[in-house]
Amino acid sequence: MADHYSSFERGGRRWLLQRITAVFLIGVLAFHFVLLHFVNHAAEIEFAGNHAAEIEFAGTQARMQNVGYFSLMWTFLVTATFHGVNGVYNALINQGLEGTQKKVVAAVLTIASLLLILQGTRVALVMSGVL
Amino acid sequence: MSQGYDRGAVESFGRWREFSAGMWAWILHKFTGWILVGYLFTHIAVLSTATGGETMYTTTLQGLEELLIVRFLEIGLLAVAVFHILNGIRLLFVDLGLGLTAQDRSFYASLVLTAAITVASIPTFLGGAL
Repeated sequence: MADHYSSFERGGRRWLLQRITAVFLIGVLAFHFVLLHFVNHAAEIEFAGNHAAEIEFAGTQARMQNVGYFSLMWTFLVTATFHGVNGVYNALINQGLEGTQKKVVAAVLTIASLLLILQGTRVALVMSGVL
Repeated sequence: MSQGYDRGAVESFGRWREFSAGMWAWILHKFTGWILVGYLFTHIAVLSTATGGETMYTTTLQGLEELLIVRFLEIGLLAVAVFHILNGIRLLFVDLGLGLTAQDRSFYASLVLTAAITVASIPTFLGGAL
């Protein structure tokens, strides 16, 4: 039988949420990369002499004014933040983090996550023209 | 049921020659994960220029894209993201108990596919920059 490698305690709530967000992120991260680097490539600017294709606020705003796209990107922000920070937390626990240090790290990571989601939401609202 | 396995501490990197494919997959998944979460915070910071007005956002992003180093970093980011996605799919199968006997081969497949996709993306990322 193959050995099981994981930094997570199997069967826990955070373990399950890490897997659920992973399934979502597999699709959305790939979509995000393809759309913004291969369909609307940010680099198609002065180098190519194609000013019509260069990255600019108007293009971002047009995408973010679509409710479906906005919702997808906001959900992307929340799930990616959870998945990333939860992954970091578990990696640190796996390296032996415990006791008071574990509580402090958990608090710092939670605050950092909330601030990132708050700022990301603010930026998304500005991009869509709501703010 | 999976069985326990004492893989030792990652800090004992001196014994890297003894690492199995699964151990390398574990290390690379952690490494790419740290880069991606770091990039997430950086990405939101850069996009925050939008709160300073349309011009600031446009000039910042266009300015970054004009730097050749940014184009190379984008290729690196793609490689990191693709490997994390492919190995993540592999991990989901492992968690479901599927393909356990092929977990080493699926890791090698993740590496090969990541390399192929990364190489194929180079013309797009460096287009017009060189």
